[in-house]
Amino acid sequence: MIGPTDGDNQDTSSPPRDDTALREAQHPSSKHVTFGEDMPLMLDAGVALSPFTIAFETYGTLNADCSNAILICHALTGDQYAASISPVTGKPGWWENMIGPGKPIDTDRFFVVCGNVLGGCSGSTGPASINPETGKPFGLDLPVITVPDMVRAQKMLLDHLGIEELFCVIGGSMGGMLAIQWAAEHGDKVKSAIFIATAAHHTSQNIAFYEVGRQAVMADPDWHGGRYYDYDVTPRKGLSVARMAAHVTYMSEQSLQSKFGRNLQDRKVKTFSFDADFQIESYLRHQGMTFVDRFDANSYLYVTRAMDYYDLAADYGGQMAKAFMGTKTRFCLVSFTSDWHFPTSESRKIVHALNAAGASVSFVEIDSDKGHDAFLLDEPEFFDAMRGFIGSAARDFGLSSKDSDDEEEAQ
Amino acid sequence: MSLTEDKKALVVGRRADNTRIDFEIVVDMIAPNSKILDVGSDDGSLLELLQAKDGVEGRGIELSQRGVNRCVSRGLSVIQGDADEDLIYYPDDSFDYVVLSQTIQATRNPRKVLEHLLRIGRKAIVSFPNFGHWKVRTDLLFRGTMPVNDYLPYSWYDTPNIHFCTVRDFVNLCGEANATIERAHGLQGDGKPISFSAPWWFWNLFAEQAIFLLSRKQD
Repeated sequence: MIGPTDGDNQDTSSPPRDDTALREAQHPSSKHVTFGEDMPLMLDAGVALSPFTIAFETYGTLNADCSNAILICHALTGDQYAASISPVTGKPGWWENMIGPGKPIDTDRFFVVCGNVLGGCSGSTGPASINPETGKPFGLDLPVITVPDMVRAQKMLLDHLGIEELFCVIGGSMGGMLAIQWAAEHGDKVKSAIFIATAAHHTSQNIAFYEVGRQAVMADPDWHGGRYYDYDVTPRKGLSVARMAAHVTYMSEQSLQSKFGRNLQDRKVKTFSFDADFQIESYLRHQGMTFVDRFDANSYLYVTRAMDYYDLAADYGGQMAKAFMGTKTRFCLVSFTSDWHFPTSESRKIVHALNAAGASVSFVEIDSDKGHDAFLLDEPEFFDAMRGFIGSAARDFGLSSKDSDDEEEAQ
Repeated sequence: MSLTEDKKALVVGRRADNTRIDFEIVVDMIAPNSKILDVGSDDGSLLELLQAKDGVEGRGIELSQRGVNRCVSRGLSVIQGDADEDLIYYPDDSFDYVVLSQTIQATRNPRKVLEHLLRIGRKAIVSFPNFGHWKVRTDLLFRGTMPVNDYLPYSWYDTPNIHFCTVRDFVNLCGEANATIERAHGLQGDGKPISFSAPWWFWNLFAEQAIFLLSRKQD
């Protein structure tokens, strides 16, 4: 008698790792800058990181007085390729629908910068990068990186590009945390800020889900205590389980139900096995498997840790409002009704703190059934809000619009 | 707060070109270079008018998502929120004026809301439909039903207006909430203003809409 198997998942041996992602982590094909021994980065962990590299992409043109720069902060598994083709996946940028000529973040008007975060795996210094002291990847020898560390590194990147002041800093999800940190720490350098589907700290539930993911990675025998690079493998199983667990939190119950329901995958009847009988199982496995081809497992540990540690209010005696006292920055917050990963209540906490600080703030909750992922998808009302806010902030800060230039010419 | 969500209420004092006499009265009450909070911003029309005035800096709160989206895409600083729940988060004296336009009758606790307005703003401007108008009275008196007309198009069971009041009720509430009435305007259905010299009973009978400028009673 043969027991039930999982025929859709025969892959139990470790194939050699695909090198494209690792090559990009160590030698990015995007723009990048390396800060040498003379410019160390003091980390919250209490050590200096030097040298270190930040990989980035830019779109549009910086104007003469450097007043039209927008910084885009990517989410946990994002990268600098916000509006350009990823060299690893060959797919268009993750925010292609938002950034470009004539789009809400209009590259005809603005100079858009998007850097891979410190601790990431798309060319900025992270656990997969080569440690100059050993000639091998850092692995877990890299100190723990925090959100404020990431922001300090971004600040150095902007200084390097000659940008002293940001017209706008924009981030969704983890990127939202970076944008919040920017506005709190460099309020005088940030004219406007947009926080999308984010929070000023992780809740216990957020930490719990990411801990499940980290444990899945570390439980994979191919993890080798983080030294898997030396074995030419990668903890595929663990990382894909981590991605599957996280991915569920990015979707809403409604979207799962309407997209998959209890439908079976390419079969009429249940197979009485542990195959991926249900469409949702097949979908999650696919999400997990494609993720491991583009993301470094250790990076996943580092970046999720940075999010867990982030707590803006804690740095200001438990009162978030103190972080924004006297701020002149114009704020816009966007949340989505079905997002249970970073629910509206978390955005509202930030709005209340900004109100208490007397800040200028817009806040809109977009009705969507797409869950947390909605901020990456086509939501017309979201796009209208982005356009409206960016347009009016540009008017406020004296950035001429193409339209008004055209009107002037017509007159 | 958007009272025009599903049923279209005729607005007292709306001209054929969609400009509104009541908005103009509110704008006229406001000094230049002041900071304003508009509670119940609806689609942002009033806030936009206010901000067009010299040096006025405006913020808003609006309950309906459609209204907020309209405001934000117009480039106004408006947050999605509720007059009953969210005013608590604004510090004392953080605005010169707090405006509550056509909204007080839709709040759960009008007295508390009014007290917040006078705490947050140095002055408050409140406009509301007058339930003491003669048409409303005759409806109840002769038809024996809750009034439904062009200005109040809702049935008793689906109206967002859960705390209607008359001009006299509002004047009494101002007394209880320690508010001084600095100015008051009444608008008749055709948008004609009611003379300042008219007594309250006359206002209460003929004003379709009332607009009050209030300040805190100095102890």
